[in-house]
Amino acid sequence: MLQVISLLVENKPGALMRVTGVLSARGYNIESLTVARTLDPGLSRMTIVVDVDPSLRRQVIKQMNKLVNVLQVSDLSESPAVAREMVLLRVRTNLDNRTAILKEAEIFSARVVDSSVEGFALEATGAPEKLDEFIDVMRSYGEIEVTRSGMVAVSLESKKLRLAPPILAGAESSRIDSRNGVFNG
Amino acid sequence: MSSNLMSGARMLLECLTREGVECLFGYPGGVTLPFYDALYEHPIRHVLVRHEENAVFAASGYAMSTGKVGVCCATSGPGATNLVTGLVNAMMDSTPVVALTGQVSTKLIGSDAFQEADTFGITRSCTKHNYLVMSVADLPRVIHEAFHLAKSGRPGPVLVDIPKDVFAAQTHYTPVGSIHLPGYKIYTEGHTGQIRRAAQMMWESSRPMVYAGGGIVAAEASGELRELVETLDAPAVCTLMALGAMPSSHRNFISMPGMHGSYAANMAMTGCDLLIALGTRFDDRVTGRLAAFAPHARIIHLDIDPSEIGKNRNADLPIVGDAKRVLSKLNKVLAELQPSLAQQNSDARRAWWKQIRDWQDQNPLQPVISASEIKPQHLMLEIDRISNGEAIVCSDVGQHQMWAAQFIRFNRPRHWVCSGGLGSMGFGVPSAMGAAFANPDKLIFAICGDGGFQMSIPELATIANHGLPVKIIVMNNGHLGMVRQWQDLFYNNRLSAVQLDTFPDAQKLASAYGIKGRTVESPIELAPALQQAVDEPGPYLLNVKVSPFENVYPMVPAGAAINEMVLGPPQPVAVPK
Ligand SMILES: Cc1ncc(C[n+]2csc(CCOP(=O)(O)OP(=O)(O)O)c2C)c(N)n1
Ligand SMILES: [Mg+2]
Repeated sequence: MLQVISLLVENKPGALMRVTGVLSARGYNIESLTVARTLDPGLSRMTIVVDVDPSLRRQVIKQMNKLVNVLQVSDLSESPAVAREMVLLRVRTNLDNRTAILKEAEIFSARVVDSSVEGFALEATGAPEKLDEFIDVMRSYGEIEVTRSGMVAVSLESKKLRLAPPILAGAESSRIDSRNGVFNG
Repeated sequence: MSSNLMSGARMLLECLTREGVECLFGYPGGVTLPFYDALYEHPIRHVLVRHEENAVFAASGYAMSTGKVGVCCATSGPGATNLVTGLVNAMMDSTPVVALTGQVSTKLIGSDAFQEADTFGITRSCTKHNYLVMSVADLPRVIHEAFHLAKSGRPGPVLVDIPKDVFAAQTHYTPVGSIHLPGYKIYTEGHTGQIRRAAQMMWESSRPMVYAGGGIVAAEASGELRELVETLDAPAVCTLMALGAMPSSHRNFISMPGMHGSYAANMAMTGCDLLIALGTRFDDRVTGRLAAFAPHARIIHLDIDPSEIGKNRNADLPIVGDAKRVLSKLNKVLAELQPSLAQQNSDARRAWWKQIRDWQDQNPLQPVISASEIKPQHLMLEIDRISNGEAIVCSDVGQHQMWAAQFIRFNRPRHWVCSGGLGSMGFGVPSAMGAAFANPDKLIFAICGDGGFQMSIPELATIANHGLPVKIIVMNNGHLGMVRQWQDLFYNNRLSAVQLDTFPDAQKLASAYGIKGRTVESPIELAPALQQAVDEPGPYLLNVKVSPFENVYPMVPAGAAINEMVLGPPQPVAVPK
C-alpha cells in the first residue's frame, strides 16, 4: 500500500535531498513528490507518495523526524486527509471527435486551456484515481501527452507544531546544559 | 557586543576557541590556505597527520576518550573524500566530531574546478548534519550549530564545507549569542509514568538482565548504571561500545554479549525474562538471529534517539530520554519501591544468579597459553596485567580486537576506543594519537593486527614528530586473521588473499622514524618486552608474533541464535594449567 507523507521543512539548500535520502538509502522508489513554499516563506510543505514496506513505515517517519531541517512529519495514510492532484493533458484529435472530447472533459470537470486544429490542452484536478480514469478516457480518443503534478494532501486533523527553542552558542552550552534549554515533552 | 573587521578564517578560529577547541587534526591544501594562514599565529594546536582519514580517526579517538568534540580539517576534493570512511565510522558509533573542509570559491562551484568535489552531497548520508557555507555572514552561526549538533542528543559527526573566498572574505565579526534549530528536538527527561512502570517491571522480574550500550558512555551515565545494577542486583553486560561503563571486575558484570561474547552473557540474554536495554541499538552482532533473541524477555528500551526504539526489536516499555537523567530518576523510584517490592521474587532471583554463576563456571573465557608460541589471548592477558584497568586501549579491527575486548579489563568508561559499527581497519593507531593528545598523562595502547597496522604506518611520522607516548602493539598472526577464520570455518579453509607474507622488520621500521621498536616471538620474552615498551618514554612499536591459526571463540555463526555458540575448535587443545 502506498504511504502518503506530509512534511514541513525549512526552506534550505539540501533539505529535499536529505528527505529523499531517507527513502533512497532504503531502496524505496518515490511515486510522487511535491514541494512548495508555505505562508511562511522560510518553510516548505512536501507531500511524498511512496511504497514502503508496512513494517518499516514508522521507522521511515522517525528517520525523517530526525532530520535537522524537518519541523514536522505526518503519515497521512493513517489519519483523515484530503488528497488532490492536477493533470495537464494534450490530446490530438480529428474534427469528428472534438465535441465528444469536450463532453467527456465536462464530466470530469476538466477545463480547456488551449484549443487548436490539432486538438486540445486540458486541465483537470481531483483525487488521483479519478485522474487515472480521465486519462484512460482521453487516450481512447487519440494520441495524448500527460503531465501530472503529483499528489498534494492536507490533513483534516490539526496537529500542534512543536519547535525547539533557541539555545546559547558556544562551549558555555555544555552537553547537558545545552539540552536544558531544549524542548522537552 | 564587540564588532571588528576580520577574515572568515579568523572568525572560524574565534568560534572554535569559543567552543573550547584546543587542538585539531588536519591536512592542508589549496583552498584551505587562508585558514592555515590564520592558524599560523593562533594558539589552537594543529596536528598535521599523514592522511586525512587519520585526521578524522584521531578526532574520533580524542572524542571517545574525553567526551569532547573532536575536530578535523581537510582540503577540498581529495582531502574531503578521504574523510568519508571516518565520518561513516563516527556516524555508526555516535562519536561527536566536527569536520571542516575547504571548498573551491563560490563562483567556481559547479564548474568542475580543480579539486572540486560535491562534498556537501557526498557527506550528506554519512553525517548527522552538514553545511555548505555560501556567505561569510553565516559562518559563525553555522560553526556553533555544528558543535551543538555534534555533541548534543545522540552525538555524531557534522561537516562544514567552506569555500576559499568565504575563508578570505573580510567582514565585521559579532559573536553569535544564540542559535536556533527549531526542527532539532531532543527528548531528555523521559516520561515520568514510563519510568515508574519500568521500575515496577524491574522489581517484578525474576530473571532481569541489564544490557548497556554506548549511549551510557555518551551520556556519562556509568555511575547511574552501576547504581541501577547494584540496587536491582541484576547481571549486566556491556556491548563492545560500552566496555568500561561497568567496571570489568564488578561482580555483576558478566562480560560482553554477541558474536564473540562470553558464554554466560549470551546464555543470560537468552534466558532472562526482562531485558533492560540502555542506550543500545540491538545490533546484529549482539542479537544474532533476531527472531531467537531474548525469546522469553519483555523489553525495556531506553534511548535518546526515538528511531532506535522498535527498530530491530519491539520494546514493551519504551523510554526516550538522556540516559543520565532518566537513570537517576529511575534509581530514585527503584529505591522508593524497594521496601515493598524487592522481596517478592527473592527466591527466583537467587536461582537466576546461581544459574548465571554456573554458566560462568561451565565456560569461562579461556586464556590459552602455550610454552612454545605466544597465543593471542596470552598477549591480551599481559596487556591487561600491565594496564590494570587503567590504560586507554585503542584497537584496530579484527581478531585482535575481539580478544582485546574479551581479556582486557577496564575500570572506567572512555578507556576502550575502537571502531564498532563500521569495523574500519586502520582505526587503532590514529585513534590512539587522538587519545594521546587528549590524555597526556595516560598509558595508551594501540592494539593492531598486522593487516590494520600496515594501513596506518604513515602515522608513525606524526607519532614520532610529537613524541606521543603511544605503545603500538601489533598482534602479528601473519594473516588477515578474522577473514582467515571465516574462510577456515565456513569455506573449507580455502585461504584466499588472507596471507600477509611480508611484514617490515619492526625495529628497523621504528628506527627509520626515530622511535624504538622490536619483535618478540617467544612466550617468555613477552612480559619483559611489554614492560620495556611501557617503560620506554615516548612511542614504542612492539611487534608480537603470535600463533598464526588461532580462532576467536566463543563464536556465534552468522544466522545463528546467540545461545548457539561454537565454544572452541573441533579438537580442543589441552590447556596447560
Ligand atoms: C577497511 C577495512 N577493510 C576490510 C575489512 C575486512 N576485515 C575485517 S577484519 C580483517 C582482517 C584484519 O586483519 P589484521 O589487521 O591482521 O587483524 P587480525 O584479524 O589478524 O587480528 C579484514 C580484512 C575491514 N574491516 N576494514
Ligand atoms: Mg593479522
